[in-house]
Parts: sequence; structure tokens; C-alpha cells
Amino acid sequence: MSTTAEHHEHGLSDSGYVKIALILAAITALEVSTYYVDFGPLFMPALIVMMIVKFVMVVSYFMHLKFDNKLFSFLFYVGLGLALFVYFAALATFKFFIA
Amino acid sequence: MAETATHADQAHHSSTGLSNNKLAMWLFLGSECLLFGGLISTYMLYRGRVITGPRPNAIFDIPFTSVSSFVLLMSSLTMVLAVTSAQRKDDSRTNLWLTVTALLGATFIGGQVYEFTTFYREGLGFTTSLFGSSFYSLTGFHGVHVSLGIILLLSLVGMIKKNKITGNKAEVVELIGLYWHFVDIVWIVIFTLVYLIPS
Repeated sequence: MSTTAEHHEHGLSDSGYVKIALILAAITALEVSTYYVDFGPLFMPALIVMMIVKFVMVVSYFMHLKFDNKLFSFLFYVGLGLALFVYFAALATFKFFIA
Repeated sequence: MAETATHADQAHHSSTGLSNNKLAMWLFLGSECLLFGGLISTYMLYRGRVITGPRPNAIFDIPFTSVSSFVLLMSSLTMVLAVTSAQRKDDSRTNLWLTVTALLGATFIGGQVYEFTTFYREGLGFTTSLFGSSFYSLTGFHGVHVSLGIILLLSLVGMIKKNKITGNKAEVVELIGLYWHFVDIVWIVIFTLVYLIPS
């Protein structure tokens, strides 16, 4: 099977994965730039969005959830969703989100 | 012989047609979200509570941690290349990429050991403040996961070399790959929430 094919039976080609890694590296560079450049009120939302984009890209492409059976996505995202719900509730209890 | 191999390949598949091993791994990773969620939210709650010792912004070395993060991110690329090599039944390339992944992971751990040592010398011990306790618990737990991943990778390299894997070799590599990518995504979250967003 050719490694340059657009799609393998189970995911992207090797060059496709390299492209994803380059995009992730570029986003990381952008994240680090927020340490040196003042993004003003966009600082926090930009960092959160970039973090979510990187997270979803690794899970979807490197962990193959985009190409795999939806049951795997269900198992993982239910765990993640439960964790987010429980800990947002816990942080809210401690008034974490109130300045 | 081929019939035996095919039977071994199918032996761990459930009535859904999916691999039981893979289902178990995804369920495990889902539950790991709860573990790291607890550690991350505890850190978020306590990072500003510093009575004695240095504050987060005073000791974090963002350029150094950025390089460590980049190294761990690239180890996810080499891991996925190991998986594709295993799917092509190319054992030598699979072992090469697995070894590179383990080396990148070891580099990350080396960086973490250096960081912890530096922080300790600057006055941040495990019991210095709530910030110190929650920071070392979170990043330490992550470091233990990476270390376990390195042991798994190197064991896998040895097993492939000695041809000790029975059944679907590509699936075994993929399962360890899933674990490895998980420690990477946890670090993506830690890097942003712990290091880049000031307390």
C-alpha cells in the first residue's frame, strides 16, 4: 500500500499526519507568542480556543476517532463530558468563577 | 497457520464487531479524564493560595516549558507513524518510530526533572504552599503517566524484535499509541491552563 495515498484504510497517509503535526506546531507557536505579545482582552479566549483546537485535532486524527467507530468517540467524550461537568460544578461551588 | 492467526485476530472482538481491547482502552481513557480533571481543577483552585514560597508567575520558565511541550507534541507524530508502519506490517520502521517516541518522551521527562529540581532550589517544595502541592501533584501524575508510556513503548519494541506478540500486532501498537496520545492531550491542557494563563 502506498504511503502517499490520501487515505489509508484507517486514517490519513503519513504525509497527512506530518501536515497535522505542522499545524499543531504552528498553533503551539501562536500560544507561546501570547507570553510575549499583549493580546489584550483576547488573551484568555484565544488561548482556550487554541487549546481546544489542538486537543480535538490530536483526538480526531492521531487517535483516529474521526475515522473509527462512533462508539469509541461516545466512550471517550462521555468520560470527558462527565469530568467537565463534575469539576465545573465543584469549581463553581468554591466560587472560582466569581472575581 | 494463517487460519490460526486469523482466529487469534478475531478472538478479542465483541458481538459489535469491535475490538474488546480497544473498547476497554477508550473506556479507560474516558475514566482518566476524571482523574486529571480532578487534579487540574484542584490546581486551578489552589494556585493563587501562596502564603510562603514563590508564586507561579515568579518561577515558571515559559520558553523552557514551550520546548518540552513541542517535544511531547512531536512524539505524538512519531507514535502515529509507528502505528501506520505496524498497519503496513513493517516491523523495522515500527520499532524505529517507537524508539524515537520513547526517546522524545524521555527528553520530556528529563526536562520535567530539571524543572522540578530548579523549582525546589528556588524554594518551592511539595509542602511549601497549596500552589506547590497541587502543582507537583498534577505535573507529577502526568510525568508518571509519561514514564509508564516509555516503559510500554520500550517493552513493545523488545516484544516485536523477539516476535512475542500473538494476534493482531498493529492493534497492540495502536492501543499503546492511544495511551501515548492521551498523555499528550493532557499536557496540551496543562500547558495552557497551568503555564500560559497566569494566576
